Amino acid sequence: MSFEARLSEGKFCIPECTQCKKTVWPPSEFCNHCFGDVQLREGDFEGKVIEFSQQKEGYFCLVEFESIRIMAGISQCPKLGQTVRMSKCGIINASYSFWVV
Amino acid sequence: MNRVGIIGYGITPFTKKDHSTESALLESTRRLFVENPEIMPKEIDAVLVSTNSNTKYLSPILSEMTGVSPKISHTVESLCSSGTNTIVSAYSYIASGLADLVLVAGADRYDSPGQVLEWDNSRGQYKHPVFWASIFSKAYKRRFSVSNEQLAIVPVKNHKQAKDNPNALSEKICTVEDVINSKKITKDLRLLECSRPCTGSASIVLGSEDMVKRLAHSPVWITGIGQKTTSAGFTKNIPSNFMESTKIAGRMSLEMSNKHAKNIDVAEIHDAFSVCEPMALEALGFSADGKGMHTIQELHETDNFKINPRGGLIGAGHPLGATGIAQTIEVTQQLQSNAGNRQVDDPKVGLVHNMSAAATSSTVLVLET
Repeated sequence: MSFEARLSEGKFCIPECTQCKKTVWPPSEFCNHCFGDVQLREGDFEGKVIEFSQQKEGYFCLVEFESIRIMAGISQCPKLGQTVRMSKCGIINASYSFWVV
Repeated sequence: MNRVGIIGYGITPFTKKDHSTESALLESTRRLFVENPEIMPKEIDAVLVSTNSNTKYLSPILSEMTGVSPKISHTVESLCSSGTNTIVSAYSYIASGLADLVLVAGADRYDSPGQVLEWDNSRGQYKHPVFWASIFSKAYKRRFSVSNEQLAIVPVKNHKQAKDNPNALSEKICTVEDVINSKKITKDLRLLECSRPCTGSASIVLGSEDMVKRLAHSPVWITGIGQKTTSAGFTKNIPSNFMESTKIAGRMSLEMSNKHAKNIDVAEIHDAFSVCEPMALEALGFSADGKGMHTIQELHETDNFKINPRGGLIGAGHPLGATGIAQTIEVTQQLQSNAGNRQVDDPKVGLVHNMSAAATSSTVLVLET
């Protein structure tokens, strides 16, 4: 299954190359290092908050999961370097959506 | 490699009006030909259009509507830096000898689809540029202990300078308090800190050395070009150095022109949001790391228009495909001592900094008389 197919099921996976084993991000059908095939690694990944800000009552942050960085929503004001996990993710109106806790 | 210079230009006011992209494009080109009668449409051998609009086949349309039958005609799109990318393409055609006289015309509307990079899904539900700008702003303030009030000086300065630009979208000056009290887009970004999308167009004609010598009253030469793309997605940026592409492009352009940042007398800087101006000044070598706001505050307090004399993107407005061309026109006018009330004192060397999508790519040009 593709990264997007798993994401639309609410599952965040880390795409990696079957040949060079490097993480492939943004998700792609081939590795952007060696053009090898991509497989998905499942897990309960830990991320780290790199930076954050706030819009109205909601917070959003730049989070790093291994070498993957994404923007995600977070319900409470985070701290820099805080460890987080993906709490909810999916595809809404053709856009990825990430929430961490 | 042939020398390349600027021969003439035309620009429209930047407004919130509902003109079509084609109409705006034709108007700036009409102004160019009317104000520069020595440039004959029949002599132009390449027409390049800069736009993010979804219109099709604009270069041949512009060519037909202005009596040009070019050898080369196509569109260039690269989000907010489409304009300078188009100028670099024109430069390359001339420098290589494929063309001698190139019309570059850029236009976009206030509702241009280029404002949001839908592809960048790593931004999750936070795709609008205000979110990367907020992250830039928060990180910059944190790293260098800069306050919201200090950053607010950027829009105060640039709206003030835009008052002397008859084509600017902004019509009023503002205070630090006005900026701080303007609508809170996020905790780290106020409305008055944002450049505004608008409708506008800017056109320029570039030529080979022979063409410049024959047609230009006051030649301005492009002597340095630097470009760098580090990624397309915002989250691939290096958090401790968000403007790496600007740093590299700036260094390349200065090396090519054999200049140093201290030799630059006037510069247009891509202030899409207030924090971009100090970050870019630091990346380009105008200020030490973390000292960009000191430079900006000093310029503001002494009414020195050296940085963003036309008001930058914040003051002038940001019709994406026209912006880089308008920036280049401004520096050209400054070098020609033809910038009216916003004229900087006797500049000889100018710089244009234009970037896209959270500084994932940058173009820097050096211009000289």
